[in-house]
Amino acid sequence: MLRYVTLKVGRALFVVWAAFTLTFVLLFVLPVNPVDLLFDPAEINTIPPEVRKQVAENYGFDDPVIVQYLDRLGHALTGDFGNSVQSGRPVTAAILDVLPSTLVLASGALVLALLIAFVIALVATSTRHAWVRNLVEALPSGSVSVPVFLSGILILQIFSFRLSWFPAFGGEGARSLVLPLITLAIPVSGPIAQLLVRSFATEFHSGYVTTSWAKGATRGGIIIRDVFRNASLPAFTIAGITFGNLIAGSVITETVFARKGIGRMTQIAINTLDVPLVQGVVVLVAVSFALINLIVDLIYPLLDPRLRATLAISIPQAATGGLR
Amino acid sequence: MTDAATVTSEVTDSPGKEPREEREPLLRISDLAIDYRTGRRRWTPAVRGAGLHVAPGEFVSLVGESGSGKTTLVQGALGLLPISARIRAGSIAYSGVDVTGWNDRRMALVRGNYVGFIPQDPNTSLNPVKRIGQQVIEAVRFNDPDAGDAARHREAALESLRTAGLKDAERVFQQYPHELSGGMKQRALIAIALAGKPKIIVADEPTSALDVTVQKVILDHLVGLREELGIGILLVTHDLGVALDRSDRILVMQDGEIVEEGPVGQVLESATNDYTRRLLDAAPARHIGRLEPTSGARPVPAAASAVLEARALTKTYHLRGRGRQRELRALDATGLVVRKGTTHAIVGESGAGKSTLASILAGFTSADSGTVHVGDRELTGLRRGQLREIRRDLQFVFQNPFTSLDPRFTVSKIIAEPLVAFGSVTGKRERTARVVELLKAVALDESYLHRLPSQLSGGQRQRVAIARALALRPEILVLDEAVSSLDVSVQAQILQLLVDLQAEFGLSYVFVTHDLGVVRLISDDVTVMKDGAVVETGPVEQVFRSPRHEYTRELLEAIPGARLAPAGAN
Repeated sequence: MLRYVTLKVGRALFVVWAAFTLTFVLLFVLPVNPVDLLFDPAEINTIPPEVRKQVAENYGFDDPVIVQYLDRLGHALTGDFGNSVQSGRPVTAAILDVLPSTLVLASGALVLALLIAFVIALVATSTRHAWVRNLVEALPSGSVSVPVFLSGILILQIFSFRLSWFPAFGGEGARSLVLPLITLAIPVSGPIAQLLVRSFATEFHSGYVTTSWAKGATRGGIIIRDVFRNASLPAFTIAGITFGNLIAGSVITETVFARKGIGRMTQIAINTLDVPLVQGVVVLVAVSFALINLIVDLIYPLLDPRLRATLAISIPQAATGGLR
Repeated sequence: MTDAATVTSEVTDSPGKEPREEREPLLRISDLAIDYRTGRRRWTPAVRGAGLHVAPGEFVSLVGESGSGKTTLVQGALGLLPISARIRAGSIAYSGVDVTGWNDRRMALVRGNYVGFIPQDPNTSLNPVKRIGQQVIEAVRFNDPDAGDAARHREAALESLRTAGLKDAERVFQQYPHELSGGMKQRALIAIALAGKPKIIVADEPTSALDVTVQKVILDHLVGLREELGIGILLVTHDLGVALDRSDRILVMQDGEIVEEGPVGQVLESATNDYTRRLLDAAPARHIGRLEPTSGARPVPAAASAVLEARALTKTYHLRGRGRQRELRALDATGLVVRKGTTHAIVGESGAGKSTLASILAGFTSADSGTVHVGDRELTGLRRGQLREIRRDLQFVFQNPFTSLDPRFTVSKIIAEPLVAFGSVTGKRERTARVVELLKAVALDESYLHRLPSQLSGGQRQRVAIARALALRPEILVLDEAVSSLDVSVQAQILQLLVDLQAEFGLSYVFVTHDLGVVRLISDDVTVMKDGAVVETGPVEQVFRSPRHEYTRELLEAIPGARLAPAGAN
């Protein structure tokens, strides 16, 4: 068990380190003169050489690359990614400022997407009518094929401008969260729903379900007691991977709905070539991605006793079980 | 709710209905016809007017080969037919209550409560993420008229586990399915079937996924339960031997119809139906000695030289993780000699190491130590290229003909593949001629050349697999459970084919099987394995007549179909 946890934590740390290193190479090593990136492209020619030299010194660009790298890595470990070029504020503070609103949006969307996916899978499995099943099973592919910016604008048109149920812009209050949540959750729910529908159908026709029928269980009981847990296991894996997409997807959603958040901040940072900020965001996304997947990996053994058994230190039964 | 109440009182015995209960059998299926939907408006019949009945305390067996409709019939009786099936005609009645066409909700009150079901494969029939105890408790709870009282349910579940023959019920109660052996899982499933206190138990091939010795114990236990609890048992099986050993009455099913019915003795002595007689004749236990080739008696290979010899083979598998208990000794100083032109059978139960041995002999797996000689060449330690040359002389036939043939290759392409790979036959015309020759050898004709495996039956596929193995004119064939997944009548044909081919080409076989009954039909020598070690080895006659080892005796006693043996044998 300890070995498993160490392995998974190690993998998560590696992902974050690799993201940091990669962005360092891309942003600080590869450009011919990283100092250029620190200034607004429009004003770059008006900057006097002394200032440039001063800045280069401040940022340590004169040092050998390896020293720069270790220096930045050391600072990053303490949570210091330098200062934003645009605002001059510390990157960490700038990110922490907008992080909560994106986190709420992303995790809310993930929960909503899972909810939608589970409802689709449950309806498709429990219905006795073929046409209901066909209809419901067609939803996921439909939801994937509509791009976020289109569905976002459509939802805005209907619920905000026509019906005036929810505010169109801004990040104040719970009501302003509803439309962005839906917009972000719908495309993400598609693949999860597709996977769940399939795994529910497979599990529903497995041997232990027949045993349950023979016990005298009813259809609803079987789906809840037997099928649900076995069939939802794969959804966790995909949910963890999807979380990365959600943060990426928040760029568009936050732009369409004019919310503050990581997505919009990233967009602005890239537009203005705010290198330290971009690096901070990349590392942050890597951290959240690694963290979510670590949690999924650690929850798995709790849900599946078979996995737990292969992890336990001494397991004579599993050894003989492997023989059969 | 009222609906449910009437159903329960209808089905469970109430004092007022006792006279009718005595008259009516526990289960009566009459003229049942079940169709499967095969097209928009097309229905293909699977069960055609079949009828049967099971009286209290009676052990009835329903025997049939794959595709005979026996499982569909049972599913129909339990109301567990897939959506693509429909009951076209006939009726199903439990103690005189007609349940035909009942919906799931009403059938749920019959299932478990009145009829218990033991499924085929214990390895997939228990929920992998739930403890055994929980799964048995559910069965108790669903069928307990006065719900509530968790402590009493727990006690009833433990009692049920004990009745099913699990002595250590408390421990099993806390375990997950993957922590139990196949036999224990099947016992847990019996406990689940018993938990609702049913009057009749329907068992669909309950032992075909289990080892013979375990099969014997489970079946004996079912017989014991019938006597102890007075319940009726309907056993569905493909194995006539199993059915004959324990049943009161036998029904034989073919193409959706019951073609033979009667007490065991009557069926054995005077089966009226052709198919039943064919089944009886095909049963391995029917034959006393080795099968003779159809071309006539074969010369007795008395002092033939060794064509394949294995010495002191050892193989250890390292399971994931560290620690000494993570090592699995699959083979422990195992040896084997195959004489030229003879068959050497390797027999053992699952986990005995026989498949590991076979794959080392064929060069698929390497041994940790020990040697294998093919003729005078040493196989062990050869490099890949040299190993490839050995493959000309040593070919392998796999267990499952449904997965060992490429589904996208035609028969002709499958058989020609080794010819192309070794470049032994050049020219398209010569190659086709050789393929046709090989097809003839396995008793198939040219019309099969362009078929795909999916258009062949199981027996035909195994013939194609054998033809492919023969393509390079090898001296030795390693057959790993090559007839285990086939129906008895098909199995008999393939065995006869193997014996004929041996006589014709002077082949030597290594025949790996779990079925001792088959060994007698085809082998000259036999090696009995247990836990990676050779328990006993010698000529078949000698080992079968006077086994020296306790385990061999146990295996021999567990072979079903003792009643099938013709008078005078043993």
